[in-house]
Amino acid sequence: MFNKEDIKKLAKLANLPIKESEYEKFASQLSEIISYVKQLERIDSNQVEPTFNVTGLKNINWGDKVEPSLTQKKSLQNAKMQRNGFFVTKGIFNE
Amino acid sequence: MKRYEPIIGLEIHVELKTLSKMFCGCSADYFGQKPNSLTCPVCLGLPGAVPFTNAQAIQDCIKIGLALNCQIAENSRFERKNYFYPDLPKGYQISQYRWPLCTNGYVDIEDSQNQKIRIRINRVHQEEDTGKLSHLDGITAIDFNRSGVPLVEIVSEPDFREVEQVRIYAKKIQQIFRYLEVSEADMEKGNMRLEANISLREAGESKLPEYRVELKNINSFKFMGDAIEYEIKRQQELLEKGEKITQHTRGWNENKKETFVQREKEEAHDYRYFPDPDLLPLKIEKLEEIRKSLPELPEQILKRLQSMYGLSYYQSQLIVSERFLVDFFEDAVSLGEENKISAVDVANFLINKNVDINKVSPEEVISQITFKKSGIISDTSALREVVKEIIKENPQAVADYKSGKIAVIGVLVGAVMRKTESKADAKIVKELISELLS
Ligand SMILES: [Zn+2]
Repeated sequence: MFNKEDIKKLAKLANLPIKESEYEKFASQLSEIISYVKQLERIDSNQVEPTFNVTGLKNINWGDKVEPSLTQKKSLQNAKMQRNGFFVTKGIFNE
Repeated sequence: MKRYEPIIGLEIHVELKTLSKMFCGCSADYFGQKPNSLTCPVCLGLPGAVPFTNAQAIQDCIKIGLALNCQIAENSRFERKNYFYPDLPKGYQISQYRWPLCTNGYVDIEDSQNQKIRIRINRVHQEEDTGKLSHLDGITAIDFNRSGVPLVEIVSEPDFREVEQVRIYAKKIQQIFRYLEVSEADMEKGNMRLEANISLREAGESKLPEYRVELKNINSFKFMGDAIEYEIKRQQELLEKGEKITQHTRGWNENKKETFVQREKEEAHDYRYFPDPDLLPLKIEKLEEIRKSLPELPEQILKRLQSMYGLSYYQSQLIVSERFLVDFFEDAVSLGEENKISAVDVANFLINKNVDINKVSPEEVISQITFKKSGIISDTSALREVVKEIIKENPQAVADYKSGKIAVIGVLVGAVMRKTESKADAKIVKELISELLS
């Protein structure tokens, strides 16, 4: 069901570093998972609304109130790289 | 040679000026703040953080939709738009895709040839802004203060055929944001951003072209206009050479005055939108209340200024350019009524004099107009100067008068009246002439 090209594309979209040698393995594993879930297609679910939330609640909203934020120090404390109060990542050149 | 017709659509992003962010309690007023000082687990995308929807933002988005003649959804949802970029801490942007708040609107614009054009609005939806990136010496620095600020996107249908129409439309939408008081809509500060998509088709063809080129990250009306014009020319040259144009995104290089490739377009389904399970669905309940709370909009005021005060379209447009100016004008007009100053006089004064209305009051404007209109009449010393000039210019009439032909005074009075555009008080003029020639 899934081929190597699909895996390559999915890995790119999910930002996962998958080695070329692993493509075959993941293609067959993913095919297995999907065919397992596909059993659901045996049920006629035409009249069933999809469930996006389980609580049934609506309109639980925030009333536009400002609450204290984290300090700059706290906000950055788990950053791998930082400089002058900014998070830092390797350069993005295509801009 | 084939003739081509540009097909242009516009996406406008505008940041709302709510107090707090879209899905958390951090302040949305990030301009000039210390980097990463307005963040929390929600807008930093930390695991386990749960977002809440800002009700004010939803209301503002609906207001924009109503002002743009949209249908407002009864039920609406947020979805996750999945992609990886360093300005997006969660790996997705909360946006709307299948259940936008507002759809199927329109805006009527009028071009410089007074041609009316209807621009259809595909949708107005609510989303969140991303962090701000700055690129310096091989690294990218990220400030997440802007991350999660409420952002509304307005997507037009590809109904523009000329650059001028795009400019007029964008300015009109900006004006609407300001009248609604939902955003400063300042292009320079980045509160308001434009993205255009452009393609060309052969004149007479009715199908839309199979490609479109998107112009992104352009932060002024002028640059956007220049970029679209450049792009029309560039695409025309390629098509004339028989080349096929592919779908992609371009930016604008202001120094070189040309567009350049930014990235190949990601297909819509690559974003893998799906309903955000952390956010509850919205049911729009107080639509009529929101509709009633809308202020008078520029288009309505434009009509009112013409019908109520007899202003021209041109005059009305200049007055409508800012809400504050409309109020100022109307205050001055009602003050002017007592002094028999017409609304047209007030409008002309405000427009021609280029008055700085931040520095003067409507009262001062009225007294200045009164002085200008009647100043010469009451001001004998100013009139005396005019009479002296007339005496100098009419030696024959003066000689006649002095020789006893008193009736010739009428000629001199007439000359003064012509010089003062009939604003002088004839009685005072007559007295002055007798006085100066006696
Ligand atoms: Zn926050």
